[in-house]
Amino acid sequence: MTDDILSFEEAMEKYDPVLGFEVHVELNTATKMFDAAPNAFGDEANTNITPVSLGLPGVLPVVNGKAVESAIKLGLALGCDIAPVSHFARKNYFYPDTPKNFQTSQFDEPIAENGSIDIELEDGTVFTIDIERAHMEEDAGKLTHKGGAAGRIQGADFSLVDYNRSGVPLIEIVTRPIVGAGERSPELARAYVAAIREIVKNLGISDARMERGNVRCDANVSLMPKGTTEFGTRSETKNVNSLRSVERAVRYEIQRHAAVLDAGEKVVQETRHWHEDTRSTTSGRPKSDADDYRYFPEPDLVPVVTDAEWIERLRAELPEPPAERRRRLKADWGFSDEEFRDVVNAGAMDVIEETIAAGAPAAVARKWWMGEIARIAKEREVELTDTGATAQTVLELNKLIEAKKINDKIARQVLGFVIDGEGEPAEIVEKRGLAVVSDDGALTTAIDEALAAMPDVADKIRAGKVQAAGAIVGQVMKATRGQADAGRVRELILEKLGVEG
Amino acid sequence: MSAITSEQVAHLAMLAHIEMTEEELASMAAELDVIVDSVKSVSDAVSADIPATSHPIPLQNVFREDVVGETLTAEEALSGAPDAEDGKFKVPAILDED
Repeated sequence: MTDDILSFEEAMEKYDPVLGFEVHVELNTATKMFDAAPNAFGDEANTNITPVSLGLPGVLPVVNGKAVESAIKLGLALGCDIAPVSHFARKNYFYPDTPKNFQTSQFDEPIAENGSIDIELEDGTVFTIDIERAHMEEDAGKLTHKGGAAGRIQGADFSLVDYNRSGVPLIEIVTRPIVGAGERSPELARAYVAAIREIVKNLGISDARMERGNVRCDANVSLMPKGTTEFGTRSETKNVNSLRSVERAVRYEIQRHAAVLDAGEKVVQETRHWHEDTRSTTSGRPKSDADDYRYFPEPDLVPVVTDAEWIERLRAELPEPPAERRRRLKADWGFSDEEFRDVVNAGAMDVIEETIAAGAPAAVARKWWMGEIARIAKEREVELTDTGATAQTVLELNKLIEAKKINDKIARQVLGFVIDGEGEPAEIVEKRGLAVVSDDGALTTAIDEALAAMPDVADKIRAGKVQAAGAIVGQVMKATRGQADAGRVRELILEKLGVEG
Repeated sequence: MSAITSEQVAHLAMLAHIEMTEEELASMAAELDVIVDSVKSVSDAVSADIPATSHPIPLQNVFREDVVGETLTAEEALSGAPDAEDGKFKVPAILDED
């Protein structure tokens, strides 16, 4: 089979991509899916385990009730029907990451089916993605390949297994085939995974940290020649564990499939591995048929039976969906599309909401968080909310400005001192003597001096050239080291020279 | 007759990681044939309106509180392992899978 790839543009001229995603979400329950071992990341190897996690003979699993409720909540958030009766099943395969030689999963009768989710791309285009199912299962252990090159399985001499992750609750969300995204396919792939991550985080059921593998995506790609409607053979790319990788992997697979088809060859149905370093995929194993997993009902677990009362209680606990919340906040705040998008991309939406709730006007909250605080955060390479500035800081700074105690420039200095841990804004203004000179007496002296120093400017103003007052204001600001209220200075100058403002 | 073939048994043996000779495959095919036919006669006796049963006892919704319980130490976990290194189970590299 050819290893070439076609340019994305050419691939798009000739083919229509069909996508499908399987996203695995690790739940943030305290314990595992079927036993009371801790569900924790980064602990010493093989310590978060019980005999059940190891699949020792004679052990019996017991379902984590909270994980079931998380699954139902996610199903509801994805618009799915919740199954009245749902079963667990054994998916049989031999691999050292699964000590039991089967994964406890769901086959027919998953907990949630037939949902859909609207995905909004950056330019506002909306694609509806249909969800086939969301089912409960357990994570596998973690393998480390030793010997050979760079921790890859190829050429490895042996592997080391840590079963801490074995049995961690997972929900697998499977889409129906996504047709018609065309050249937006890579972008849609990224946006879909981002939306799932946002939903599970918002529901509070997962930490949703992709770098820890809390949200993992397998991306299915196939191509149809333009004008045809029969799906081509698909590949399933695994190990795509960042939003950027999802977008790149889908793009790469489209280009690779196009080259294979263009060469008159057949796409092999197989799993592919994504390599972020080379930004390409390599062949994995041929895709097993579902038959090869020899699914059968798990005899050690009884059915999960739901009723309307239980489902409605969980539905009532659902938070506002992220997309709806964004629409509401944007309308409430009166931000433009661009302003709001910048706020979201900067991760400033929550903190701006908090600042507005504390009593600051929307424009003021945006000005500070997207302006000076964002600048400092960038400079110090920290998150906005880790700068030390809070909603209260912004509120106080704004109050001081409104009361004409300080001006914008001084306020930015005060912010710097707040971030350096010197205290609250009012306290700092007091302690450092930063209050604006609004005492007319002190200002009048400075103005008199400035007018005396620039008599020609004074004449111009008297003659009606009001804009010339700027030079005098500048001089006064300089004399007061920026601590004067510029607006008041201007008023006083015009008053003194007997000119209307 | 459901006629299980040697090829089908060989495929199952591969999935189950069991090494079998040609003779064993042939005799196992015949044995499985009998079992599958027996199961089929049970299916024939059941009418379509009876749901499949995977549990003989009518229990449902047996859940556990999400509370951490007793765990094994790494030493205990590895005590039955044929080989270990760095507190982890050591297994041969498996090259024909991912």
